Amino acid sequence: MTGTSAITVHGFVKRFGSLAAVDGLDLEVPFGACVGLLGPNGAGKSTTMKALTAQVIPDEGAIEVLGYRLPDDSKQARAEMGVVPQLDNLDVSLTVEQNLLVFAYLYRVPAGERRRAIEHALALANLRDRRASKVDQLSGGMRRRLLIARGLLHRPRLLLLDEPTVGLDPQVRQELWALIDRLRTEGVSILMSTHYIEEAERLCDTVTIMSHGKAVAVGPPQALIRAHAGRQAVEVYGSPARLTEVEATARRRGWPSRRTGTSVSILGGDGAVELDGERRVTNLEDVFVLLTGEEID
Amino acid sequence: MATSRRRLGRLERAALQGVMVREVVNFSSFWRSSTFSSTVDPTIYLLAFGLGFGSLVTRVAGHTYIEFVGTGIVATTVLFSGAFTAMYSTFIKYKFQHTYDAIIAAPVDTEELVTGEALWVAVRTGVYGCVPMLVAVAFGLAPSWGMLLVPLIAALAGFGWAAFGIFVAARVSKIESFSYWQSGLLTPMFLVAGTFFPLTALPHWAQVVGNFNPLFHCVQLVRHAVFGTEGIADLGHLAFLIGFALAFWRLAIRHMERKLIL
Repeated sequence: MTGTSAITVHGFVKRFGSLAAVDGLDLEVPFGACVGLLGPNGAGKSTTMKALTAQVIPDEGAIEVLGYRLPDDSKQARAEMGVVPQLDNLDVSLTVEQNLLVFAYLYRVPAGERRRAIEHALALANLRDRRASKVDQLSGGMRRRLLIARGLLHRPRLLLLDEPTVGLDPQVRQELWALIDRLRTEGVSILMSTHYIEEAERLCDTVTIMSHGKAVAVGPPQALIRAHAGRQAVEVYGSPARLTEVEATARRRGWPSRRTGTSVSILGGDGAVELDGERRVTNLEDVFVLLTGEEID
Repeated sequence: MATSRRRLGRLERAALQGVMVREVVNFSSFWRSSTFSSTVDPTIYLLAFGLGFGSLVTRVAGHTYIEFVGTGIVATTVLFSGAFTAMYSTFIKYKFQHTYDAIIAAPVDTEELVTGEALWVAVRTGVYGCVPMLVAVAFGLAPSWGMLLVPLIAALAGFGWAAFGIFVAARVSKIESFSYWQSGLLTPMFLVAGTFFPLTALPHWAQVVGNFNPLFHCVQLVRHAVFGTEGIADLGHLAFLIGFALAFWRLAIRHMERKLIL
């Protein structure tokens, strides 16, 4: 398996006490691909991300990153990958540039290349004008861009992004998507955990949907949608009594359906033409709910 | 990059340097407050005891009181700027700022992280440790060549206390728990170190206990460096400080690993 994939995880199990946070996960990130790890809070995404930097040691299973076996050879793997954590751990009393300088040392960027690496990272994150600003003067979006720039200083071949846009405004989120998309086109392999469906749908070549520590579906977003939710959904609005009635009909006719608060979505229901409702394109969220029975968020 | 398949080793210079550069760059943003608290506190003790108590006592163990306290006070500085600094800054960095998560996601192992942090505290302690002694010189402690050894002694003791502080920070789950360590262990050690009065003034059992206090051995080494060495006895004091530093260095690594690696 060495050489073909940036990340290979096989049968990964991690227990905390009697709880299995990850329960036999298989995961593959081919070189040059952007893979999404999708799931609600508590599905085991963060535990999986931490295992890839050997901050979580598996109870069972094998993990290989950039051809190095973890945890034994994790230090070499860490030297060649970049990590963008979910929790902002920038040094807030330092400037943007000082934060990058510190990590240029931690990631062993050679002395002669440090200056250039910092400039490149500043340009990439669009933070050239803010180089002298203290981190606690930056907006949430700028801080997240700085975190990403920090993870890219040493030009890693693989980038781990743990919930890269959590807690950000929609507009800022789209800025970050553009940045991530640019990295992807530059050939950086990316593993991104997220619980934003749209993010995974837009950016990822393939997604692994996790639920209760297991992968419940793997594949390109569009293929998963087609296979599980069909092309079109019928969204039926109405009184609670009407919605219950629609659900009963769907069950009787064998149409997959999901309740979304104020409506019932009939999925894979290209046949549900007689129902009165709004037609909409199916999405990855439909797949997720169908497969796990869980709502995201 | 992919061509180098060399397995990275332990305690690499590049990793230690990275950890220490982070500290140095951060230090540049708060060195004033840090230097103030690390040197002013012991200096106040020095002056309060030296001038206040010194007016009642003429000679202690063959020295004027300002000579006695002016040398012993180095250990107090070591404790304040070594153990206390390490306890609080370690706890804040791993628990609140998640700094350590970022560092060990880089090619730095916990062993290198702890070692780099302790080394940097040791450097600071070596420098700060001399400040109250130099103040004492202004108040009548005679300068001597042996004083040049004091930064080294303070740095060695400082490494041990930094490791102790990291160990404590890795043991507690909330910052309030430091009170038990401070009041229950560090305050008695601070007083029973021979800094302000000789251990021989205490009951026999307390003298025996005092021999297990690293601060006592630090005080003795500093006094002997300044006033004249005592051969084999000083080797004993030195060996104790080295043993203390080594033991808590390994303990700090082991316990911090348990916190950082799940």
